[in-house]
Amino acid sequence: MAVILRTEGLNKVYRLGSFTRSKAIQALSDVNISVESDHPVIIAVVGESGSGKTTLAKTLLRLVEPTSGRAIVYDKVVAGRGAETARRAFLASIQPIFQNPFEAFSRYRPVDAYLHETADRVAGLSGREALAAVEQSLAAIGLEYADVAGKYTNQFSGGELQRVSIARALIPQPSLIVADEPVSMIDASRRMIIINLFKKLRDEAGRSFLYITHDLATAYYISDFVAVMNKGQVVEFGPARQVMSDPRHAYTRLLLESIPTTRSRWRPRARLAG
Amino acid sequence: MSIDVKDTAMSALLAPAPVKTRTRGSWLWLVNPRLAVGLVILAVMGLGSFILPFFAPADPSIQATYMRNLPVSPAHWLGTNALGQDIFWFLVFAVRNSLTLGVLVAVGVTIIATIVGLSAGYIGGRFERIVMLFVDTFITIPLLPILIILGALIRGNTSFLTVGIIIMIFGWAWDARTVRSMALSLREREFINMARFSGANTIQILVREVFPYVMAYTLVGFINTILFAINLEATLAVIGLSKIEVPTLGSIIFWALNYNALFTGQYVWIVAPIVATVLLFLGLFLTSTGFNAAFASKRGVS
Amino acid sequence: MIRLNNVVASYRTGRGSINAVDGVTIEIPDGCILGVAGESGCGKSTLMKVIYGDILSPMTLSSGSIEYGFADRRGAPVTSETVQQEWFRRISYVPQSSMNSLNPVIRISKQFIDFPGNDPDKRRVLDKVRAYIGKLGLPAEALDAYPHQLSGGMRQRMMIAMATFFQPELILADEPTTALDVVVQKEILMLLMELQEEMGNTIVLVSHDMGVHYQVTHRMLIMYAAKAVEYGDSDSVFEAPLHPYTRMLISSLPTIGDDRARQGIPGRPPSLWGELRGCRFADRCPLATDRCRVEEPALLEHRPGHFAACHYAGAEVPMGGAQWQ
Repeated sequence: MAVILRTEGLNKVYRLGSFTRSKAIQALSDVNISVESDHPVIIAVVGESGSGKTTLAKTLLRLVEPTSGRAIVYDKVVAGRGAETARRAFLASIQPIFQNPFEAFSRYRPVDAYLHETADRVAGLSGREALAAVEQSLAAIGLEYADVAGKYTNQFSGGELQRVSIARALIPQPSLIVADEPVSMIDASRRMIIINLFKKLRDEAGRSFLYITHDLATAYYISDFVAVMNKGQVVEFGPARQVMSDPRHAYTRLLLESIPTTRSRWRPRARLAG
Repeated sequence: MSIDVKDTAMSALLAPAPVKTRTRGSWLWLVNPRLAVGLVILAVMGLGSFILPFFAPADPSIQATYMRNLPVSPAHWLGTNALGQDIFWFLVFAVRNSLTLGVLVAVGVTIIATIVGLSAGYIGGRFERIVMLFVDTFITIPLLPILIILGALIRGNTSFLTVGIIIMIFGWAWDARTVRSMALSLREREFINMARFSGANTIQILVREVFPYVMAYTLVGFINTILFAINLEATLAVIGLSKIEVPTLGSIIFWALNYNALFTGQYVWIVAPIVATVLLFLGLFLTSTGFNAAFASKRGVS
Repeated sequence: MIRLNNVVASYRTGRGSINAVDGVTIEIPDGCILGVAGESGCGKSTLMKVIYGDILSPMTLSSGSIEYGFADRRGAPVTSETVQQEWFRRISYVPQSSMNSLNPVIRISKQFIDFPGNDPDKRRVLDKVRAYIGKLGLPAEALDAYPHQLSGGMRQRMMIAMATFFQPELILADEPTTALDVVVQKEILMLLMELQEEMGNTIVLVSHDMGVHYQVTHRMLIMYAAKAVEYGDSDSVFEAPLHPYTRMLISSLPTIGDDRARQGIPGRPPSLWGELRGCRFADRCPLATDRCRVEEPALLEHRPGHFAACHYAGAEVPMGGAQWQ
């Protein structure tokens, strides 16, 4: 069994302020989670803003250095002590998808420039092979190269751009894709297209996902494992179905109770007269 | 919560309506009346001052070429001054030299400021702190006292090149600071991370991702620096620091003041360069703000 | 009873003019919470602005009218032109992000008494306000604080306090809880529901979250591409939606405990710039026929109190199929 994701005592403290008076913010507090599996998995990290879920993602992506502890992805140390520093190898194994599809690309560059750049510099392909890789990953998300070539961000919808982002992340064939709130800025009616895509990529292309979100319903829908975070700590972790249907921790229960569902009402509604 | 619900009405407005590939060559959005007027003024003055010198009957800086203090006439369009120089031709050469100096200094300043600002802002850390210490020192150097001291030491024995260098030394720091703060905010944007994960290195990111966003400011800053350089040169000339034999807008005013043009009634001598300077500044200002307005309108609500 | 009569709100730009709300005619009964849902660009925020009377160029109310059902100080019925004078008294607005609505450098108490009231003695008003905000779960000291000293949830309660203090007949809330944590959101929504029951006023609530609509609203208005496509009791709309868009939207939402496969709606709404013929949902609708592409369906009452704008209202929608676009 491979270690898909393991964090060992991961801590991140931000210091704000000057030399004399500084405030410490514990963004990650002793995070210990472990997922081992033979097949690719989708791990959801859920929580509210300030829970640390985004910091966790950034730590795995090496956008942020942990204060202590380390993180292992697919048997390789990616953050903390002992982290392997080979940049290209790292980029080829972990890739991100960001929240705001319109901000993910520069306004001044055509979006396929990023696809080609990834094929060239991360996947190490050139010429015909590179183009084939680009076309293949676009096909995996349901777009043709002609739909995308030479176009700028303002010519796409949010959902399309997010899918192009996913295609770019797929090119180097990473083992883990870290998706930070990938659908929160997409219209509700189109969210499931992206979510179903993640499922498909896990099942057919063998990619594992770390799905960061505040939306428990979509987390329930596609994840194999769920980590619930609150104030920098993981308060509950386990198989998704189990955690959501039989939560142990009070905070998880509170979260589940607070979601506005379309199944049962919080309070009976007074009859409307007239 | 990190949901950002867009202003939905505006997003309907901005949705590209027939979707078309962006025509890279169309610069039509740039044109607005202010910019047009500014460019026309600059074109006239610029072309005039560069082409006309080929037709000059004589080197206007040589004194006693003509009779002194001649009034305006068909032979001497603006008359002659107390040194026997043709005012009109002197002015033409002056505008050319001032503009040349201004543009060259602006090029130097913009290149230095952009490189320093972008790298400091983007790279951050200790590198940024050392560089900004440097930049801030230059910003806080008081201009006039230093110039006066320099003036006392040099007394007009400088080369034109030295004047240019002095202006550059005083001009680059402010722009560097502005570019650095732009780079700082750009550094946090998502597409920079995207570029990193696409395998780009720092230089590629600076050139391909960061610079296009800074470009609009750079252009406007460039024009403003021309203004600043010409202004500073004129100031230096008037206080005797510049090379006063070389015709520049400043040196005309210097000579006119020294010969008491106002009191001897030689109004053309002193008024002509002032009008030319004002016109040049107007052209530069309108062009600069015209570009600014065009870029702002293009950015729209994005 | 608030009546919207063929309301058309346009934005005039250099490129031409575009109807962000294109002919909405509905009646909102008194004392109900109306939810307005739809994707971005459907016109729900513009509709709110029009109802509130916040009509600033380049937006105009190019045709149609709104009957508010209450009278102004002189007894004349309030119309779109005069509704601005009724702000805070008869009609008020709870914005999405309180951060953008409260002046960060002025204490909240000063912002509260900034708007007109009947009582000339401001201190007496403040005392009343202090008592009132206690009811909303806010400590009295919160009134003297600066906005940044309060949490997001407390600030939003403050906005609700401001919006409800004069017991207006109509409250418009544009995504009032979107920027809040889900736990705080529930508290705020419960508060809004309690206040509404007590005061018996009408609330129009815009949200992109269908769950919020289900929990809170009595009636639902679904908008699509500037048109009203469905309107009826929330129970009816959620349990038996008539319009294919509503059907597909509701069935695309995953719920915890439900393992059925979900599909998004491929495609996107038409651009409002071009010539629009027929039903605007036809491109994405699995039921679309030639008739749909040519003849625009009217908002008709297919069931008592339940309106839909579709030639095939109530028909089964085949799900699945093409996933992309």
